[in-house]
Amino acid sequence: MKTPVIVGAAECDLGVTNKSILELQAQAVTRALADAGLKISDVDGIATNAISRFSASSLADYLGIEPKFTDSTFAGGSSFEMYVARAYHAVASGQCNVVVISFASNQRSAKSRSLGGVVEHHTPEAQFETAYGPLFPLSYYAMAAQRYIHDVPNGRAALSEIAISAREWALLNPKAYRYGTASLTVAELESADLISSPLRASDCCLVTDGGGAIIITNSEMAKNLKSKPVSILGFGESTTNTSMTTHRDLRVTGAKQSGEIAFAMAGVSRSDIDVVELYDSFTITTLLSLEGLGFAGKGEGADFVLDGKTRPGGTFPLNTNGGGLSYCHPGQYGILLLIEAVRQLRGECGDRQVANAKLAVAHGTGGILSTNATVILGAN
Amino acid sequence: MFPYLPQEDAVSAPFWAATRERKLVIQYCSTCDQHQWYPRAICISCATENLTWREVSGKGTVDSWTTVHRAPTEGFVPPYVIARVLLSEKVIMLTRLVGIESPACDQAVELSWQELSDGRALPVFG
Repeated sequence: MKTPVIVGAAECDLGVTNKSILELQAQAVTRALADAGLKISDVDGIATNAISRFSASSLADYLGIEPKFTDSTFAGGSSFEMYVARAYHAVASGQCNVVVISFASNQRSAKSRSLGGVVEHHTPEAQFETAYGPLFPLSYYAMAAQRYIHDVPNGRAALSEIAISAREWALLNPKAYRYGTASLTVAELESADLISSPLRASDCCLVTDGGGAIIITNSEMAKNLKSKPVSILGFGESTTNTSMTTHRDLRVTGAKQSGEIAFAMAGVSRSDIDVVELYDSFTITTLLSLEGLGFAGKGEGADFVLDGKTRPGGTFPLNTNGGGLSYCHPGQYGILLLIEAVRQLRGECGDRQVANAKLAVAHGTGGILSTNATVILGAN
Repeated sequence: MFPYLPQEDAVSAPFWAATRERKLVIQYCSTCDQHQWYPRAICISCATENLTWREVSGKGTVDSWTTVHRAPTEGFVPPYVIARVLLSEKVIMLTRLVGIESPACDQAVELSWQELSDGRALPVFG
């Protein structure tokens, strides 16, 4: 068996690009390959989604290659952490040698995002939920937040702290959408528009264009490349629901299962982790993931974050690029979690670099807390 | 108020037919002695098709709720309250809360109905 490693990582243009999805994809792929010191003709595996119904085929065709491995698992924002697991197996077994995992969206330029989400009329969710008029996915996260606030003292303050902390990191990241703005204040957060209570606009991720790519190859090939390889130490995933009604406890997500599997595989403990990138579609997503992954006990995430330890300079660096809340959220943010984790482990993050970062967690969440996937990466 | 007309199918037809008489019926598995929501072709505990439809009490508690302040699509008129209601039959339904000024998690609620334009109705709670 070969040992898969990550040898390249890059974003495409972010923010408001006025570019097509495939043009952004091409940027992401070529920049990540350049970062690795590889060419498009070296790529024999592709994992991507959200281009078309046949996304991996579309990208292969657009790049002019005929890969030996493709995957278009569609699980929302966690897809890219899932692709790491699938690419790992494909490279370890020798099915292929160079996998590009990529994503791009032009949702802000194209105004393609709807508050009601995409309704597929034949599904149970359309039949039994759409008629009531929930925002999708927002209202589900709102109900999770409502339950959290009801049960946990300081729950509301903790949600605000997640957003405040993300903004502090974004102010250190020149690529962040909110770079060059100002710190968030509690007063500002509590006066933002309610969208689906208790979530306000300030609890919700950005709607931007963007994306990126990472490159996975085997450790033998990596020896001849210019970049510093990053080790894939563990991964795990969980798929829990598509309906808003089937998962019984809104406060317990699939992060529990995905985290337990990933940490067991990596053979490291929570306290060993130096930098943590958790999907922040909404402030509640991050709080529930912190608890699900075992960084804090159930209901203890609020007190965990409220001392400010997740902010720059704190003891628990969290969402160090500014997150989906203040850096970039192109619809599926999972690829950007991986890119930031890789860069932190390579020590390339400038003002926001976490000193001596050796172990990182990237944790994606998709749908309505439907899918969770955890990846643990290590510096070499 | 309710601009979306759900598309029913062969499995769910008895549920929608009952709503025309303002009766809330839910699938019940006699093998497992439990209800399930939403309607499916099989019981998700024992995988058999031994499912019957039972009219339920219409009593439940609010698992969680949210006031929607933006319209998901044209035709919806916010604000309105969406909720997950845990029925006494131990299933959770997505629904609306009507006539409750300050909803709260765990509060008791009872079934009522909102008519759709085709004569079917949506179970709501208040």
